[in-house]
Amino acid sequence: MDRRKSIKTLLIGAAGTGVLVEACKQSDKQEVITSGTASVSADRMQEEKDYLTKLESGPQFFSADEMKVIALLSDIIMPKDAVSGSATEAKVPEFIEFIVKDMPEHQTPIRGGLRWLEMQSFKQFNQSFADVTDQQRIQLVDQIAYPEKAAPDMKQGVSFFNLMRDLVTTGFYTSEMGVKDLGYMGNVPNQWNGVPEDVLKQYGYAYSERELKECVSYDKAAG
Amino acid sequence: MGALQVKKESKKYDAVIVGSGAGGGMAAYVLANAGLKVCLIEAGPNYDPAIHSSQLKNPWESPRRGASTKFRPFGDFDGCFWGWQIDGEPYTMKEGSDKWDWWRARMIGGRTNHWGRISLRFGPKDFKRRSIDGLGDDWPIGYEDVKPYYDKIDKLIGVFGSNEGLPNDPDGIFLPPPKPRLHELMIKKTATGMGIPVIPSRLSILTKPINKERGACFYCAQCGRSCKVYGDFSSSSVLVKPAVLTGNIDVITNAMAREVLTNAEGLATGVSFIKKDDGMEYQVSGRVVILAASTCETARLLLNSKSTRHPNGLANDSNVVGKYLHDSTGAAIGGVLPQLFGRKRYNEDGVGGMHVYTPWWLDNKKLDFPRGYHIEYWGGMSQPAYGFGFGMQGLNGQYQINGKTKPAGGYGASLKEDVRFFYGAGVGMAGRGEAVPNINNYCEIDPNVVDKYGIPVLRFHTKHSDYEIKQAKHMKETFKEILHNMGAVITWGGDDTAANNYGLSNPGNIIHEAGTVRMGSDTKTSALNKWSQAHDCKTLFCVDGSQFVSQADKNITWTILALSMRTSEYIIEEMKKQNL
Repeated sequence: MDRRKSIKTLLIGAAGTGVLVEACKQSDKQEVITSGTASVSADRMQEEKDYLTKLESGPQFFSADEMKVIALLSDIIMPKDAVSGSATEAKVPEFIEFIVKDMPEHQTPIRGGLRWLEMQSFKQFNQSFADVTDQQRIQLVDQIAYPEKAAPDMKQGVSFFNLMRDLVTTGFYTSEMGVKDLGYMGNVPNQWNGVPEDVLKQYGYAYSERELKECVSYDKAAG
Repeated sequence: MGALQVKKESKKYDAVIVGSGAGGGMAAYVLANAGLKVCLIEAGPNYDPAIHSSQLKNPWESPRRGASTKFRPFGDFDGCFWGWQIDGEPYTMKEGSDKWDWWRARMIGGRTNHWGRISLRFGPKDFKRRSIDGLGDDWPIGYEDVKPYYDKIDKLIGVFGSNEGLPNDPDGIFLPPPKPRLHELMIKKTATGMGIPVIPSRLSILTKPINKERGACFYCAQCGRSCKVYGDFSSSSVLVKPAVLTGNIDVITNAMAREVLTNAEGLATGVSFIKKDDGMEYQVSGRVVILAASTCETARLLLNSKSTRHPNGLANDSNVVGKYLHDSTGAAIGGVLPQLFGRKRYNEDGVGGMHVYTPWWLDNKKLDFPRGYHIEYWGGMSQPAYGFGFGMQGLNGQYQINGKTKPAGGYGASLKEDVRFFYGAGVGMAGRGEAVPNINNYCEIDPNVVDKYGIPVLRFHTKHSDYEIKQAKHMKETFKEILHNMGAVITWGGDDTAANNYGLSNPGNIIHEAGTVRMGSDTKTSALNKWSQAHDCKTLFCVDGSQFVSQADKNITWTILALSMRTSEYIIEEMKKQNL
């Protein structure tokens, strides 16, 4: 087999299924063919399986009303834009429901923060956060979304919103939609041939003669 | 629980090995290939990267998006079972001790399934530190004794790197290294300009195929998950699996060793263990017993193996077992490179870990601390995972984003723009240095506590000395200067002072622990001879990090492998001569 032409490697997949990975650099195509859906639990220890079952079969942590507000906040923090969809489309609220069960230290700050927000909404608009207008919602969010500009009596809200911003951002950008939005191009079999020429030029770098001679390189023109 | 029975395996082995990581895997490989009958005992389940690795999974395939759990402290896709804690297996701290962090793996291959693959030979000076600076002790062997084994291991396992002719970072038989990534070129240019060398890293990853059993690296950057094509070194795939194929080895998994058995003459004759699957007690016997349970677990086994002949624990006539426990020092720092904001996207995964590193470059005679450190680097456009995008309010108010000044925090389409803008601009570095082994840093048997198997547990007493603290200070000053000179803005790790030991990691935290059953020429101050064989029990060998006299400013795995191979060949020779 001519390695410069292709790497063909038979992988034994997670559940004993065959996974053929083919990286064919000269055509710059990468293909991963799997003959079965890889189960997330495939490589888990028994203790991990038991723990996951416990989390997933247990009661929901957030009430329906709380989930409604989490969804509203998620889409305020990560809305649909020209590049990608919204947080709810990326199932961020479901991720938050899971993660507070997995990391119980988030439970009180989020539950308490949601109630804090609810009380502010009643104070300012005499209505639940879920029932006020979009404009009123943004009016309230603006008071807690900018740590350096927030009023002193809004600081608890700032802490809550910082945490929500963290979890929504991380939940969104680790979803399939978010990773695509970000433009992360890795996690595929390939042949590392160094920084692309145009990028080297952009930053004023070049590989040394020794690097070009001694480092592994893959001839794109070959084959 | 029914009446306790001890089942004695009738088969008598040539060697019983405890632990299947780098040391145990290599011993199993060498002995089984020489035709000896071997029994390998492993406390965890079977693990084959080809079957069990989470390689090429996407973050959304983990419900916690790759976040860590107590089962996988390095993340949901990491290739190591357990870590900083194990349910039912406590350990304790002696009063007055710094916190000791103890990482324990329970699986075939041990920690080698997820390690950083940094494969550095010790240099000539690393074996003779006492002769150089008067601290610690010299090894009873020198570089010339180990070099032939480093050479063999380079060829057998594969390592990439470059020959530099450095006096204390010996050249090897290297595969070609990968080209540096963009941030690595920036680091190289800046650091080199400051007189700090930056050379290709030395990692046991196959940039070229070396045999038919293992595939070559396909650059997914996920060595930490273990490799399905065996493109990097794990003991499970590269040593244990081929050893099993010889037909000369029985592997007993989920078997927690309790103690080393000895006969009336005090010779080690086997091992007793509990099988987790049926809760029964077992004994297995062999002509020699080889311990590779990890530095501290090996010491624990010896200290728990008391007998009339060995009232102080096995291999412990010298009373040094458990003592001289030391880990690499560690301190790290991170920031962002504004010149990389809004950068062009391309796949820069590369191999798992750094493509360049800095070996120790200074003369300690001109410094206020005795031993050196190497520098590891990271950065760039990596796969997002849980934690990605956290703390945006600390970043997005500080810079113009696509020409606009924004208040810190925020939300909405503007926040999405910020995330994209900052992606891939991170950079960081960490020092890994040599601590001076000290008799007052030790693990011992806790007189009051047992684990769920009834095995007495370890109690730790460790403390950093001024040597390590001053070294961390030097690391931080150097790192700040490098980052400053390359135009980076430090975002964490830059505010350390004497009050927090300059960010020096807890002992044990770097997971390079060594020294608890050290070798030496003097039977009064060492437990093993230069063949890793107990001074007071010729049928007992220790082939993991426990045998180290000192650990250099190098990661210790490559030397564990070399010493284990050397000892295994010695055992074969001694058996031929009827000495064992």
